[in-house]
Amino acid sequence: MNVIVCVKQIPDPALPGSQDPNTLTLKRDGKLILDESDSYGVEMALQLVDKAGGGEVSLISMAPNNEVSGLRTALAMGAAKGILISDPALLGSDALTTAKLLAAAVQRLGGADLIIAATESSDGYTGTVPEQIAEVLGLPSVTFAKHLAIADGKLDAQRQTEEGYDDVTCPLPAVVSVTAGVVEPRYPSFKGIMAAKAKPVETVTAADLGVAPVGWGGANQKIVNVVQAEARAAGTVVEDDGEGFAKIVAFLENLKVI
Amino acid sequence: MNIWVFAQAANGAPTSGTLELLTKARSLGEVTAFFGGDATEISAALGDHGAAKVYATGDLAGNLPGIAVASAMKAVIDGGDSPDLIMFPQTTEGRDVIARLSVKLDRTVLTNNTAITVEGDTVSCTTPVFGGATLVTTAFTGPPPHLAAFRPKSFTAEPSGGAPAEITAAPLPDLGASGGATITAVHVEERSGPKLDEAAIVVSGGRGLGEAAKYEMIEQLAKLLKGAAGASRAIVDAGWVPYSYQVGQTGKVVKPNVYIAAGISGATQHMVGMKGSKNIIAINKDKEAPIFGIADLGIIGDVHKVLPKLIEALQAR
Ligand SMILES: Cc1cc2nc3c(=O)[nH]c(=O)nc-3n(C[C@H](O)[C@H](O)[C@H](O)COP(=O)(O)OP(=O)(O)OC[C@H]3O[C@@H](n4cnc5c(N)ncnc54)[C@H](O)[C@@H]3O)c2cc1C
Repeated sequence: MNVIVCVKQIPDPALPGSQDPNTLTLKRDGKLILDESDSYGVEMALQLVDKAGGGEVSLISMAPNNEVSGLRTALAMGAAKGILISDPALLGSDALTTAKLLAAAVQRLGGADLIIAATESSDGYTGTVPEQIAEVLGLPSVTFAKHLAIADGKLDAQRQTEEGYDDVTCPLPAVVSVTAGVVEPRYPSFKGIMAAKAKPVETVTAADLGVAPVGWGGANQKIVNVVQAEARAAGTVVEDDGEGFAKIVAFLENLKVI
Repeated sequence: MNIWVFAQAANGAPTSGTLELLTKARSLGEVTAFFGGDATEISAALGDHGAAKVYATGDLAGNLPGIAVASAMKAVIDGGDSPDLIMFPQTTEGRDVIARLSVKLDRTVLTNNTAITVEGDTVSCTTPVFGGATLVTTAFTGPPPHLAAFRPKSFTAEPSGGAPAEITAAPLPDLGASGGATITAVHVEERSGPKLDEAAIVVSGGRGLGEAAKYEMIEQLAKLLKGAAGASRAIVDAGWVPYSYQVGQTGKVVKPNVYIAAGISGATQHMVGMKGSKNIIAINKDKEAPIFGIADLGIIGDVHKVLPKLIEALQAR
């Protein structure tokens, strides 16, 4: 069984985010790391391949400046190889263009039994890319999977909904987006980190994948305004001296909710 | 401007997110609802919020709404009725439909929006970033239909007094291989008390509770205040409570009169889901916790000490 995982490499979320003053897009020029949301998909893929008793996990990532550090993290977890889509022309690409590029990379790898992505990225979170990839490839999809099992050439998933969850069954090949928490991602071992350095990563451009137009030209959207939101007025913050609860009671009384 | 709204329903009634979008849409133009299912039960409520007409697919026969409704929308558009704008609630189904349709129509999407403006032919949407500190407005520059998804509670639902929406059939086309996924069972996670996104008081717990069993304190407090219990994603991911409890960017948006955050740090993704609350109370042992930055009343303290006393005091009343 072969599984492809779409992984995003993003600025460290622990650092404050910022926008490029000229293009108003999120800045992504520093060192990038593997989006934590994608570590669940990588782990899921590794477990499924392991269970199937054969096959491999491949990665696809689109990132500026030939960035591979996040890809290496996923390779160190156990993925076999990767494709990196990196091309200055891609700056400003929207989610639809991204999906077309990722879908083309899936085809370049010869397809797979299963394509896994996170429900949304941690930095841009448009939240449509997995389902768009499925549509570009003409594949069925199960989004928001919080549980996933494969048997007899089909997948069974629990798909999170607003009210609970649905049991969904789907033939392969298929695209699945997985929620954080679907599995517990492993930490790369030292051996894994060393091995990852030698694993093949092919770098391709939009032209290599035959996708056009890309970047701002293909985005059909333009940021027109950026403003600071009105800040909330500062409140009272007090140290609990054992009577903190009484301050809450008084606050609620004052609002006449108790 | 000709506008479609992707309508959703639960328990035989349109969801609040649907009614909010219809209300906003009718201030911008002519409104048609598009529903994946049988619209008989909901056509009155849709009409009463501004939809003159509703396209209904009929029973989805176990198909996932994303592929099914997007295919039905595409068929109507190919048939000659093409809107200028389609508005979607930012929900699991809304996200799937907008994504599938964007590929079918080759149109860009704007998601996570909280506001929309229309000036002439130009449609622009606004989305909060960096936890709501910054508002980014983006205009569609390509040809219509424009596809946009909106966070719940971005607009206020108000009846228009309109007649029931006229039901027009939009049958499901053959979905082919893309329609391979089938729903075999639906599980509704029942909970007692008011709904999380409608309650006047919400009490949410986070990782600071330490362990799953301590969430009991949150449930107890919510019950005493006749409110709903919510959660940060950290404890949803950890499996302490179901996803339906989650407040935030990828969970529910709540705007109660009072929001109590206990043992929640105040990550930007949590704050965008509760920042609109009228009054915010935070309990956290770390005085540097970002949640204090938006709290009207902040208690720097241990939830294991503050909550039991608070519960006791409320029980004694
Ligand atoms: C794409 C994306 C989407 C996300 N969507 C959401 C979302 O919808 N909702 C959401 O909530 N999160 C979301 N998150 C996760 C978010 O970034 C945070 O990880 C999460 O909100 C943290 O939850 P928490 O505050 O419970 O945990 P932590 O951040 O670990 O905070 C725990 C807090 O408890 C305090 N504490 C510890 N012990 C005690 C004690 N005894 N008494 C009092 N206080 C104590 C600590 O000081 C700390 O501030 C999302 C993340 C991403 C990347």
